[in-house]
Amino acid sequence: MEKLLQVENLHVTFKTHGGEIQAVRGVSFSLDKGETLAIVGESGCGKSVTARSIMRLIPEHTGRIREGRILFEGRDLLALTEKEMRELRGSAISMIFQDAMTSLNPTISIGEQIMEGIIRHQKVSRAAAREQAVEMLHLVGIANPERRLKQYLHEFSGGMRQRIMIAIALVCRPSILIADEPTTALDVTIQAQILELFKTIQRRTGVSIIMITHDMGVVAKMANKVCVMYAGKVVEAGTVRDIFYNPQHPYTKGLLYSMPRLDDDSHEPLYSIPGTPPDLFSPPKGCAFAARCDYALEVCRHHQPEFSCIQSQHQVACWLQDPRAKHVFPLRTATGM
Amino acid sequence: MLAYLLKRFLSMLITLWLIVSITFFLMHTVPGSPFDREGRAMPATVEKNLMALYSLDKPLLVQYAAYLKSLVQFELGPSIIRHPETVNSMLARTFPVSAKLGFAALFISIIAGVSLGVVAALRHNRLIDYAATVFAVIGIAVPNFVVAPLLIKYFAVEWKLLPAATWGTWQHVVLPALALSFGPTAIIARLTRTSMLEVLTQEYIETAKAKGLHPAVIIVKHALRNSLLPVITLLGALVANVLTGSFVIEKIFAIPGMGKYFVDSIYNRDYTVIMGTTVFYSILLIVMMFVVDVVYSLIDPRIKLHKKEG
Repeated sequence: MEKLLQVENLHVTFKTHGGEIQAVRGVSFSLDKGETLAIVGESGCGKSVTARSIMRLIPEHTGRIREGRILFEGRDLLALTEKEMRELRGSAISMIFQDAMTSLNPTISIGEQIMEGIIRHQKVSRAAAREQAVEMLHLVGIANPERRLKQYLHEFSGGMRQRIMIAIALVCRPSILIADEPTTALDVTIQAQILELFKTIQRRTGVSIIMITHDMGVVAKMANKVCVMYAGKVVEAGTVRDIFYNPQHPYTKGLLYSMPRLDDDSHEPLYSIPGTPPDLFSPPKGCAFAARCDYALEVCRHHQPEFSCIQSQHQVACWLQDPRAKHVFPLRTATGM
Repeated sequence: MLAYLLKRFLSMLITLWLIVSITFFLMHTVPGSPFDREGRAMPATVEKNLMALYSLDKPLLVQYAAYLKSLVQFELGPSIIRHPETVNSMLARTFPVSAKLGFAALFISIIAGVSLGVVAALRHNRLIDYAATVFAVIGIAVPNFVVAPLLIKYFAVEWKLLPAATWGTWQHVVLPALALSFGPTAIIARLTRTSMLEVLTQEYIETAKAKGLHPAVIIVKHALRNSLLPVITLLGALVANVLTGSFVIEKIFAIPGMGKYFVDSIYNRDYTVIMGTTVFYSILLIVMMFVVDVVYSLIDPRIKLHKKEG
């Protein structure tokens, strides 16, 4: 079966004053219709850049997609002209940003900001667009949509703003919704409501969601599939069950272990993975995580690990999966333990 | 709303009163009198009579009270030097000239400045951006008494396209307006560029792109409006400044505007004219500040002129 979206061997670099940053270094994943894929990783691991590359919205002067293909319904998005791409943005593929407060224009009414996308893509009258906007606000759970349309951003609460973002993104019925940390700026109760809203909308419209997050709680609640990214690469990918119940990569394990637990009353300080991510100006020759890994082997520092398949969809890029690794004691650990 | 306007009007009056008082007393601390002439001294009796005629022999506080009283009646008094013209008629004669020139200059600087700023921001760090920056620096650094003669030399003398000086038809407005707009254009361009660059990095621009909007729509609808806010702040003061004339430009082009009186009156210690031009300029400035606030609230819905209760 043809995948809705297939990203293959994506490489993205950024020019900066200090040199060229290799932000994404060969990322591949796929997305089916109606599915939710979570891309997880810490800040700077390339997850947002990956998402923006799908929209082709990386900064045009500094960012460059070096290599790879992004197939959307069989068409390579990277081969489209900017004009063709604009037709897809907001209609076939939509994006929600982290902070609705800064991602919406403060001086244009909410109604206008929802309607302009409809008018742009569906070529309908303002009245028809208005009707759709009202319907959409209703769908995302905003009471009094008629009156709310005339209001401005500062007249809404944080949760409401994120609902408006969702309304804007979904108003043209896209097949893919990319949500870049959609709940990070919200408090926990609102966060739960927004995640619930995503699920409701997905049930109703069948939209596929790519959820960029660093919050394993969000992943557990939302995702079918998970890609764990580290230093511009996918280190482990699998179904949400694989990742939570059978994590294989030391980084994934570390991420899971550094989540606070409600049932933990040991009074131990919360675990955190020691060290910092590598410098992406000159990424390490071997596994990027080796310097922070408790189980690093000599080979990890010199050679990139290949993907090995644990189960049908569960893949991990780690030397520990190599059959020969079972007989080698970890050579040197990051923590010195 | 009415309460707000009333409050605002009151504070404008207080501001004006403060300016009038400070100017009045400062002006009288300047040594000399309107009747001082270099070289030859005026006969003591003549000077005494003249002082009496303009009430300059009375105590300062009495003069101050009398001035405030006539000011309330919009009576700015007779010019001491240019007898028998009154300050009111002098302003009525010269302000329209300066205002016409000023409006033309403002029009040029807003159109040119904003366009230049926007283009520079869109082509950030490319040739046209550098060219615009260089122009802006030159525009700010080069005084208009350098620009004006150059304009006259080429447009009037060499190419014979426009009149070199004096006042009358619209052709007479072009060169002085260009010369006068040079500096403001540069300032507006710089400000627009900076502000536009900042707005373009805002995330809502990203959102607009993610909607698939055309770049031109994004710039005009989402970016320009928000980046003009600081420009409008600047315009308030600029309008008052430019409309009341420029001493230098009016001198070079022999234009019968107000600018000359600002400077002459101080040299001559023509007290009523100093006060008149200052009061007039202040009123214009204060009103423009109010206009800026109104325009602000129209452009940016977050700014409310009157605070709602609770």
